[in-house]
Amino acid sequence: MIITKQKPVEDIARMVEKHKNLFFVGCGQCSSQCQTGGEWEVEELGRILEESGHKTVGSTVVYAPCHELDVKRHFRKHKDQLARADAVLVLSCGAGVQSAVEATDLPVYPTNDSLFLGNSQRHMHFEEKCSTCGECVLESTGGICPVTRCPKGLLNGPCGGTNHGACEVDSDKPCVWTLIYNRLESLDELDKFREIQPPKNYNAIKRPGLVRPE
Amino acid sequence: MAAYREACESGKFVVSGEIGPPKGTKVDNMLHHIDLLNPLVDALNVTDNQSAVLRLGSMAVSHEVVTRGGDAIYQMTCRDRNRLALQNDLLSAHFLGLRNVLALTGDHVSVGDHKDAREVYDFESVQLIQCIKKLNEGFDWAGNELEGSTDFFIGAVVTPESDPIEPQKLKYEKKIAAGAQFFQTQAVYDMDNFQRFMEYSHGVTEGTDVKVMAGLVVLTSVGMAKYMNKFVPGVFVPDSLLEEMASVPKEDAIKKGMEICARHIRFCIDNKVCDGVHVMAIGKEEIVPEILQMAGLA
Repeated sequence: MIITKQKPVEDIARMVEKHKNLFFVGCGQCSSQCQTGGEWEVEELGRILEESGHKTVGSTVVYAPCHELDVKRHFRKHKDQLARADAVLVLSCGAGVQSAVEATDLPVYPTNDSLFLGNSQRHMHFEEKCSTCGECVLESTGGICPVTRCPKGLLNGPCGGTNHGACEVDSDKPCVWTLIYNRLESLDELDKFREIQPPKNYNAIKRPGLVRPE
Repeated sequence: MAAYREACESGKFVVSGEIGPPKGTKVDNMLHHIDLLNPLVDALNVTDNQSAVLRLGSMAVSHEVVTRGGDAIYQMTCRDRNRLALQNDLLSAHFLGLRNVLALTGDHVSVGDHKDAREVYDFESVQLIQCIKKLNEGFDWAGNELEGSTDFFIGAVVTPESDPIEPQKLKYEKKIAAGAQFFQTQAVYDMDNFQRFMEYSHGVTEGTDVKVMAGLVVLTSVGMAKYMNKFVPGVFVPDSLLEEMASVPKEDAIKKGMEICARHIRFCIDNKVCDGVHVMAIGKEEIVPEILQMAGLA
């Protein structure tokens, strides 16, 4: 799922200060789980902005606002409310915000910062383990991703900053190369560690990504 | 200028020092250190935005070292440049007469003074070593033939006190396989541990011409020694040295640190532990000549 963090309320208020009538779009999936875009957050943000003179003309929570067709469907359903709105606020990741841009000519604003593609471990515990690099290396690293989980994305072993098995950059995180070593050792696959890995092929996925049926 | 390579290949005990370029354009002190050390060492390392802190460039200062009659070990990190820029700088360095490169991954930007910068790491140390080897063979990384190849002596680093050590050892072996010809170690202080590491290393480098130089950072106070233990990963100052540093009045601590450094150099020579030393005084280069003298090297 996409992990998001709500922007400071003052920043959101500054973005929409010239718009009185606001329409809110929430996210029933990732942002709900992150508590940045579920029904409660949609209502709460509307209430807060009303305190500074804005008016909520309507809101909707789309199951997954990264689905552009779904967002368009919701916007059709709420067309009367949208007709009275001066701006749309989207409480999701940047993908959902841009779905809304495809669905309306009104100005659309993000209320969240999108952080990473995260694994959900338990309530409000998220960890980045895959960064969608376009060329998966997990086969050679015991299923543990150094591209994502080493701050330097090292492919050939640890740097000198391994600190008693923790990462020099953030001591709350393990050195992923210690994890990979231990895993490969237990699998009796240390030969994979010994193999020199080539640099990433940044042409494997041309950004921005685009997939069409073949 | 191939003095360092020749010194390494001659089998003599090689000595290198280190120059950290200043943050800014005031170079008098640095030039003084270069002139002071050039006649005494086989080469001077020049650091590349050391600790991810912006400084005067490693290539320009390496060139100055050579212009002033010494040999330079051009340090190159992968943190700030992609593969095009790295190769471009390598060709430029070669054009300027630099012949020794120390290939490093580089400290992460988050430990430096531009914490919000984007780190690059398009290559990492092992791949940079491979890349330099390819340039030496007349090809760029993409496999295109060069009009004239480079002739670099390829260096790398290893951290003998890394914890855990096993992954570090495998990476060391990969650097050798990639084409590293000489190594400078991260600072070592426990000579028994270092000797044990070198016994392992000799097994790995047997039958190759790979040279290993002990990295020695001069202790200047007991506080510095404790700081290294606490905050510098891969560095271990044993209790015996902490006690030795604490045994003298504060004002004599530098002298004691110099003595310890000279003793470790001697230990490496007398016990044939490694092929040379890389002495780092981190801004206090004026003490290096005396250390070398104390060790009987000058």
